[in-house]
Amino acid sequence: MATVEVTFSPLPAHVRTARLVATAVARRSGVDESLLDEVRLAVGEACSRAVEAHRRHCPAEPVKIEMSDQGERFVVVVSDHAPTGAAPARANGHGTGHGPGPGAASVVHGPDEAGIPAGFGLAVISGLADDVRVSSTSSGVSVRMSWPSATA
Amino acid sequence: MDLKLGHYNKDGIEVVDVEGEIDVYTAPRLRELLIDLVNKNNYQLVVNMEKVEFLDSTGLGVLVGGLKRVRAHDGSLDLVCTQERILKIFRITGLTKVFGIHETVDEAIAAKKSEK
Repeated sequence: MATVEVTFSPLPAHVRTARLVATAVARRSGVDESLLDEVRLAVGEACSRAVEAHRRHCPAEPVKIEMSDQGERFVVVVSDHAPTGAAPARANGHGTGHGPGPGAASVVHGPDEAGIPAGFGLAVISGLADDVRVSSTSSGVSVRMSWPSATA
Repeated sequence: MDLKLGHYNKDGIEVVDVEGEIDVYTAPRLRELLIDLVNKNNYQLVVNMEKVEFLDSTGLGVLVGGLKRVRAHDGSLDLVCTQERILKIFRITGLTKVFGIHETVDEAIAAKKSEK
C-alpha cells in the first residue's frame, strides 16, 4: 500500500496545490483519466472545507491529506482538527448526496452567498464520488473518498 | 493557473470574461468584480466561462450571489459555457435551472435582448 501524505497551512492558496498533488497521485495510482476531474474537484472541496474550519477555529494547525493506493481503490482522506462543537453527530455520509457532515463549516460565507447553504461543498463531493464517508470525532472531521484504480 | 478577469460592454450588456481557476482562493476577486459592476448600475450581466479551467462550490456561490444582486434590480446573470467538465458541476448541483446557460456570448446577448 503506497501512501502519500501532505500537510499544509490552512491558507486558501494552498488548496490548489493539494488538488494538483492529489490528481498527480491518483494518476500514478491508475485512476482512469475520465475520473481525474472528479478527484480534483472532490479533493478541492474537502480541502476548502477543512481550510475554512481551521481558519475559524485553529489557524495555526495544518490540514492533513492522505492519499493511498489500497488494492483496487485510490483512497483520499482529508482531516481537520477543528472542534466540532455542538453540531449533531452524523457519521457516514455514504451516498446520501445531501447536507453537511458534522461540524461542517461552509466553504462560502458572507451576505453575498446567502443562497448557498453550509455544507454545499460536501454535497458536491457526494455528487461526484461514489464512495464518500464523513466522520466526526471530538478532535475534528475527516472526509474519506475513494475511486477505483487499476494498479498494474 | 491563476484567475484572469476582464469585462466590456456590448449592446448595453456587461460581459465578464473569466479565465483560469475559480476556487476558494480566487473566487473573492470575481465576487468583488461582480459587486463593483452592480454598484455601477450594470444589472444585465453575461459571464463568459469558456476559458475557466476549474470551478468549485465557492465559485458557484459567487455566481449565485451575483445573480441575487442583479435580480434585486430586475436584472439577470447568464453564463456562456460549453465545457462538459464545468457544465457537470452546474448539473449535479441543480443550478442549470437557475442560470441561463448559452454556447456563445452573442447567443447570450441575443437571448437577453429578446427578454427585454
